[in-house]
Amino acid sequence: MTREEVLNKYGKSKDNLLYILHDIQDSNPRHYLTEEDLKEVAKWLELPYSYVHGVATFYSMFSLKPRGKYIIRVCESPTCHLMGASNIIIELVKSLGVGIGETTKDEIFTLELTSCIGVCGVAPAMMINSEVYGNLTSEKIAQIIDEKRRESK
Amino acid sequence: MAEMVKLFIDGKEVEVEKNSTILDAAKKAGSYIPTLCYHPDLSPTGACGVCVVEIEGSPTPKRSCCTPVSQGMKVTTNSKSLREIRKTIVQLLLSDHDVTCPTCSANEKCELQSLANYLGVDTNGLPAILERKPLDETSVSIVRDPNKCILCGRCVTVCSELQTVSAITIAERGFEAVVDTFFSQGLGNSSCVNCGQCTVFCPTGALSERSEIDMVWDALLDPDKVVVVQEAPSIRATLGEEFGMEVGTVTVGKMYAALRRLGFDVVFDTNFAADLTIMEEANELVERVKSGGPLPLITSCSPGWIKFMETFFPDLAKYVSTCKSPQQMFGTLSKTYFAEEAGIDPSKIVSVSIMPCTAKKFEARRPEMRDSGFQDVDYVLTTREFVRMLKSAGLDLKELPDERPDELMGMYTGAATIFGATGGVMEAAVRTAYWMITGKELENLDVTAVRGMAGIKEAELDINGLKVKVAVAHGLGNARELLTKVRKQIEETGKSEYAFIEIMACPGGCVGGGGQPKGSTFAMRARRGEGLYAEDKSLPLRRSHENPAIKRIYEKFLKKPGSGVSHKLLHTFYYKRCDLSGCTIESVTEKHANHH
Repeated sequence: MTREEVLNKYGKSKDNLLYILHDIQDSNPRHYLTEEDLKEVAKWLELPYSYVHGVATFYSMFSLKPRGKYIIRVCESPTCHLMGASNIIIELVKSLGVGIGETTKDEIFTLELTSCIGVCGVAPAMMINSEVYGNLTSEKIAQIIDEKRRESK
Repeated sequence: MAEMVKLFIDGKEVEVEKNSTILDAAKKAGSYIPTLCYHPDLSPTGACGVCVVEIEGSPTPKRSCCTPVSQGMKVTTNSKSLREIRKTIVQLLLSDHDVTCPTCSANEKCELQSLANYLGVDTNGLPAILERKPLDETSVSIVRDPNKCILCGRCVTVCSELQTVSAITIAERGFEAVVDTFFSQGLGNSSCVNCGQCTVFCPTGALSERSEIDMVWDALLDPDKVVVVQEAPSIRATLGEEFGMEVGTVTVGKMYAALRRLGFDVVFDTNFAADLTIMEEANELVERVKSGGPLPLITSCSPGWIKFMETFFPDLAKYVSTCKSPQQMFGTLSKTYFAEEAGIDPSKIVSVSIMPCTAKKFEARRPEMRDSGFQDVDYVLTTREFVRMLKSAGLDLKELPDERPDELMGMYTGAATIFGATGGVMEAAVRTAYWMITGKELENLDVTAVRGMAGIKEAELDINGLKVKVAVAHGLGNARELLTKVRKQIEETGKSEYAFIEIMACPGGCVGGGGQPKGSTFAMRARRGEGLYAEDKSLPLRRSHENPAIKRIYEKFLKKPGSGVSHKLLHTFYYKRCDLSGCTIESVTEKHANHH
């Protein structure tokens, strides 16, 4: 969907701000919102530009920077933390060569943290885009990353 | 009659209106609850938590600023655990705060500082976790220092609710949360109109004016420069406060003495230029009424309002008076008329203004404000900066004698003094317009219908049988409301019911300006305004056209109001601006739009 299509889909009610931002971000192959996007949304809903910026930066699901094809979100909530999420994060930082919030040079992966994703039974867990991966270990991480890298080619 | 509710504050029975907060009730009961983010003139945000109280039957303490009262409620405002909570909150704030009080512009005016002091908070109680964020220095008027911000949200409320400008918001979350502009582009690249109300309401030094104190000292200490100073009408009603005098005390004579002690070579008064503005603007009004020119005429003295108009109402630009503000009229004349009269090379003149306003800094630097061949006004100091200079020179205003200004551009009438209060420009213009239209003097000079703190004031004036409807708005939210109505009337019927409108960007007018002492409440602004009306009443001359210095400048230099010289030096034009970045798009009026 183009930005215009998204805007027309929702109409001018201010309540739709979050839905609109999600749809626009989802239609961008790099999973992010551009300055132009926020400008146009503000104009469409007749909201102050600064307000739309405030909303887009408050919610961690939105990004104002281009992200990779796959967004890896490692759960940092208490259960995952107790079950070794910090090691998983270290492992990912090492194998991807990027810090948290950064994107790999080949634009395939972005590494992020998330609060509880509701799968404490299989902690430590993470999501890649909308897919959940649980019972993570170093070996499993290496395998998943390899697989995704192959898929993306 | 509003429904009343009875409750107990610290065991004392008190009766308040049903929709009151616990904080309101405590005030009435005489119980002091410390507050930080709360401000009497703004809607509460409940951001800080300092005002917590205990309520019988409630498991946790509640924020009194935003908890409504209920029948029979039993409230405790002070206890061991409440004291601990308040101390911890302040301690947490300090741990993430750039504690540089001695050099901070808000020193002694900082609400965080005094609260920490009153509560006896140990600044070393928690390790500092401040992660330095860059200062926003993109604006010529206002500097934003996120390291001193406590995220109380007052500035955001002021900018969005009071002024409807919405240049800033709270962006990000948690430790990253910061008051920010769209895409962090900075105030200077935003819709900020430089009104500076955020700097007045900010409880700390996170928002302050961009200081020009050092530049002014350099000029004063340079023997080759002739430093000429003007002071806005409202300064004389706010300066005293900062030296322990009663709010609203007019200290004009001491102000002149103080300026001479600082080393200003020539001490004039913006009030002279205010009288001149009235001559030009009343003339413009009369011309427009006579020739069927665009009405309503809208005043142009307030530079925050001008940028607001250029950004949000550029379609109304042709209705706005072409008169420069008094500051800019004065600036141009200081390097032309004064230079000629005194036989001084204008390149040696440094023109300084003392203003209640942060937007004046922006106005002075507008590229078109160079009709003298130089930047017409070199430096603009706010009231707060002026007070700092006086203190650094060891001057106590109370101890100074009353002096007179230098005459050429220093004499003024009561009409000029009331420019500093909302409705004052309207009232002053009416006094002179009446004379211009009828050739007679207005008997009752007090146009009380346009005075006072109501957000939008209307009056119907009778000028010798000619009925004229006027309106006054102060605070940009009120301006927006009034002008939206005017715009609609013009769109629908081709004309507005009003002939003349006064707009001031700041609530209360200039006495409530963004450069005035921090912590100005609306109640204080009202008292300062009353001080100006009292000075007006006490002066022998109360009509701008009676000012001998005004008669002289028309005789010797300007010829007559609206003359060619006047238009060249005293009038200006307006732009249409981008509502996102504030940058100019195109000019929408012409400079020499001379209607006659």
